Amino acid sequence: MSRVDVRKTYKLFIGGGFPRSESGHSYAVTDSKGKFVANAALASRKDARDAVQAARKAFGGWSSRTAYNRAQILYRVAEVMEDRRPQFVDAVRQSEGLAAARAEKVVDESIDRLVWYAGWADKITQVVGNANPVAGPYFNRSTPEPTGVVAVLAPPESSLLGLVSTIAPVVVTGNTVVVVSSYDRPLPAVTFSEVLATSDVPGGVVNILTGAAATVAPWLAAHMDVNAIDLTGVAGDADLARNLEIAAAENLKRVRRAPATEPDWTQDPGIDAMTTFLETKTVWHPIGV
Amino acid sequence: MSSSTAAPAGATTGAEFAEITRSDSSLRRFLHGLPGVDQVGAEARAATLGTRSIKTTAKQSAIDLAIRMVDLTTLEGQDTHGKVRALAAKAMRPDPADQTCPAAAAVCVYPDMVATAKEVLGDSGVNVAAVATAFPSGRAALDIKLADTRDAVEAGADEIDMVIDRGAFLSGRYLQVFEEIVAVREACGSAHLKVIFETGELQTYDNVRRASWLAMMAGGHFIKTSTGKVQPAATLPVTQVMLEAVRDFREATGQMIGVKPAGGIRTSKDAIKYLVMVNEVAGPDWLDPDWFRFGASTLLNDLLMQRTKMKTGRYSGPDYFTLD
Amino acid sequence: MKLEYAPAPESRSIVDIKPSYGLFIGGEFVDGHGKAFKTISPATEEVLSEVADADEADVDAAVKAARRAYTRTWSKMPGRERAKYLYRIARIIQERSRELAVLESLDNGKPIKESRDVDVPIVAAHFFYYAGWADKLEYAGYGTQPLGVAGQVIPWNFPLLMLAWKIAPALACGNTVVLKPAETTPLTALLFAEICQQADLPPGVVNIVTGAGETGRALVAHEDVDKVAFTGSTDVGRAIAKVVAGSDKKVTLELGGKAANIVFDDAPIDQAVEGIVNGIFFNQGHVCCAGSRLLVQESIAEELLGRLKRRMSTLRVGDPLDKNTDVGAINSAEQLARIRELSDIGEAEGAGRWSPECELPQHGFWFPPTLFTGVSQAHRIAREEIFGPVLSVLTFRTPAEAIEKANNTPFGLSAGVWTDKGSLILHMANHLRAGVVWANTFNKFDPTSPFGGYKESGYGREGGRHGLEAYLR
Repeated sequence: MSRVDVRKTYKLFIGGGFPRSESGHSYAVTDSKGKFVANAALASRKDARDAVQAARKAFGGWSSRTAYNRAQILYRVAEVMEDRRPQFVDAVRQSEGLAAARAEKVVDESIDRLVWYAGWADKITQVVGNANPVAGPYFNRSTPEPTGVVAVLAPPESSLLGLVSTIAPVVVTGNTVVVVSSYDRPLPAVTFSEVLATSDVPGGVVNILTGAAATVAPWLAAHMDVNAIDLTGVAGDADLARNLEIAAAENLKRVRRAPATEPDWTQDPGIDAMTTFLETKTVWHPIGV
Repeated sequence: MSSSTAAPAGATTGAEFAEITRSDSSLRRFLHGLPGVDQVGAEARAATLGTRSIKTTAKQSAIDLAIRMVDLTTLEGQDTHGKVRALAAKAMRPDPADQTCPAAAAVCVYPDMVATAKEVLGDSGVNVAAVATAFPSGRAALDIKLADTRDAVEAGADEIDMVIDRGAFLSGRYLQVFEEIVAVREACGSAHLKVIFETGELQTYDNVRRASWLAMMAGGHFIKTSTGKVQPAATLPVTQVMLEAVRDFREATGQMIGVKPAGGIRTSKDAIKYLVMVNEVAGPDWLDPDWFRFGASTLLNDLLMQRTKMKTGRYSGPDYFTLD
Repeated sequence: MKLEYAPAPESRSIVDIKPSYGLFIGGEFVDGHGKAFKTISPATEEVLSEVADADEADVDAAVKAARRAYTRTWSKMPGRERAKYLYRIARIIQERSRELAVLESLDNGKPIKESRDVDVPIVAAHFFYYAGWADKLEYAGYGTQPLGVAGQVIPWNFPLLMLAWKIAPALACGNTVVLKPAETTPLTALLFAEICQQADLPPGVVNIVTGAGETGRALVAHEDVDKVAFTGSTDVGRAIAKVVAGSDKKVTLELGGKAANIVFDDAPIDQAVEGIVNGIFFNQGHVCCAGSRLLVQESIAEELLGRLKRRMSTLRVGDPLDKNTDVGAINSAEQLARIRELSDIGEAEGAGRWSPECELPQHGFWFPPTLFTGVSQAHRIAREEIFGPVLSVLTFRTPAEAIEKANNTPFGLSAGVWTDKGSLILHMANHLRAGVVWANTFNKFDPTSPFGGYKESGYGREGGRHGLEAYLR
């Protein structure tokens, strides 16, 4: 007689807690072979609204922490992920159908990607900021600041590495984020949210909604209290991407457009995933007695 | 201990500062000419002072001193005569199990509770302080605020804790604030006047320094941080700025003025940090209930628990101390 | 009433000092072949341990170990893997922070309050910061190739912090190192070696050779060292610059200073007093960037001095392990003699000497916080680095005069400016010939902030993106 296992419930991650969808809806998630795994919460527009509120509430505190502090927190997330490596390997295998060795590589990459981004927290200012030698007796400097609340449509296929690669660059610089995870492969995102909840990340900094981008994304794209949106998750659906960009234009959101196809996440990301969500502030001050 | 033996302040101050307080613009020039306070530097010093470690016999005497400095306070809409009677009894005998425990400095209540408190306290040496002047907001006409003050004084209050008009202060009407304090001081008669700034509303340390000088020149006996009704209430850096002000005022005039942080001081550890700050910023002369008070309610029980632990060697629990 | 602070000693039991230590070469502790020497606690003069002395052959073995590790392992390792070693080291430093702080205070004499709240946290932060550069060198703007083996010699005033300033950037860039700590303060470097072992750092990436001047000379002159980094006196720095002349060795030097701390009449005066006190009495004044010359605007000089003296009277001098101590012991008998000598010269040259009353312990090396008034630029105490808790007070009338006096020195490490006026701060900062200008603050350090001097205070910068330049090509 074999043991009956206790199956996990896959819920949303909002404001540091794990609520079900306010709509009460869920949807069946299958593994890469089509076998039923779980019913994941199906996020509604109200869940998205709540997530934006939580992200806005968290923004003031998160952006005013020192860069060193944010770096340490992101590094801590990596530490906890490393500790749970076998669990993540299983999650990736299940979602993406990868063989063990490949899945392990994906998880290692994801952890290292997080560590890479953690190290940017207190360096991005030194790379994209500078003093400006204006032609007059003025001190003048330009430095980056986080833009605010960012909506991210996580990549459809790369359920962990792609996920981490779209979340980390947004939050490391002080933004807060509302993520819509891959519809077909949401479960690694939920496991990741459990890591966030236990790694000193303040509630509301990262919010993860499982569900359909087609349903939820238009509400985020149109939301007047969202400052920017990353459309990666609708890569390949040019019409949807275009409509989302039009909706986003209402309050001039900064938009990261969807690529034609999902990128190779193992490549060096470069810094534009961070700079897209940064403002530049230039300050002048006279020099004199 | 009795506040009536404290050196009087105020009668001479008016004359000394007549030039400065002649007009709004001269008062403004003076207050704005005071040295600025750098927020980061001030807070860094307060934090460093907070790392002082006070142990064993030093800690015991610090706790006893802190107890003697408590203005045991109840300022609730739901206060009753019964509640005030119990509070007054506790102020006189904070620890029913230990007669050696010193009494608190005063009780602090609303004006309509003064008589009740006075009945219980009699000539025990524990004073009655009354908040007045439309506490906590201060938003009422001057004559009402003065009537409020006189009422408390007539009922027997030894000390009056007034609030300044923050609206007037923040809009730069310094002379009005000054004159109100002078008027309240007069209405106090022989009662001692504490002037509450509501530092949480003044927001900057520069404002706290200016308010300190303004209140001292106007004749306050004590300057006080907060009503306890607005967050943030007392903080270490704000109290530090006020201690610097009273130190400088004595340097300039020879007069000592007291300081009272109120609200948000809950533990013995906090209280001891304040005492260290008094010691190193203003000086040991201020380490006396005549010159330094804590406006607090829950602090007293924590002081009693610490005191008991130091005597018996055991950590204590709330069952052993009265709630009021 | 008088508030006494009873003794509040931090416990020594957390440190386990061995009776003797070897050299750390190739990932192991090995015997040295020079004459072993003792390291003492400057507060009590007790012997803490016996430490090996590295002779020329030992230095050679260390450089060989560093070269081997460089060629076979470290230069081949991708930056992201090097990063993770440095992150591990940062984390272990955080985990063992109390132990490191106590050991530093014992060996150096500085108050536990400082080693605990300033030194050790910045050490951890330094490793954490540079760990994050290891895999991002292409964004730094200085080339991405390491130099090879770095020979690094550090002073006794901030033993572990100076070690972090040297080792973290070197390793992040892919270099391997041989480091010589100062002879009076070797112990935290040796504990750091243990930490490298705990982190499983590949053997030979970090090597620690203890010893005195000769060891340092051998290291700096060694043929197979590609990069020399030195922090210490200007005299030794000058000698090193001569030794490396004509070679391919890159060199950075962080030397002495005689910083002016300039206070204008509109300064936030209470914070200025704190800044002056911190500037010269922090770490007993054993700070290259110490604000050892107070330049105060004449109009407020008297008032400022009154406040300063009153504030100095609250400084507590004593047992470095007492949590209430503000000023600890002078690091060595030699240094104490030098401070005394220069102070006596100050008096002899006519400056007014003042110290608050301090009860100084019987044993150990102690000097009370001291100030000299009526000092002019011509006085020796205004020109020579005393490296102790001694402040020289001069006055000025105008910003131009302050600038002239501040710059009138062969040194150029740091300066302080105190005023409420923003444009004046920036004007002064522009005109002061100093590598670090602190406005309305003093002695602030951060791993992201480049530090280093002009003129005879040395060249090169440590900290920040700029700190990578010295270790890359």
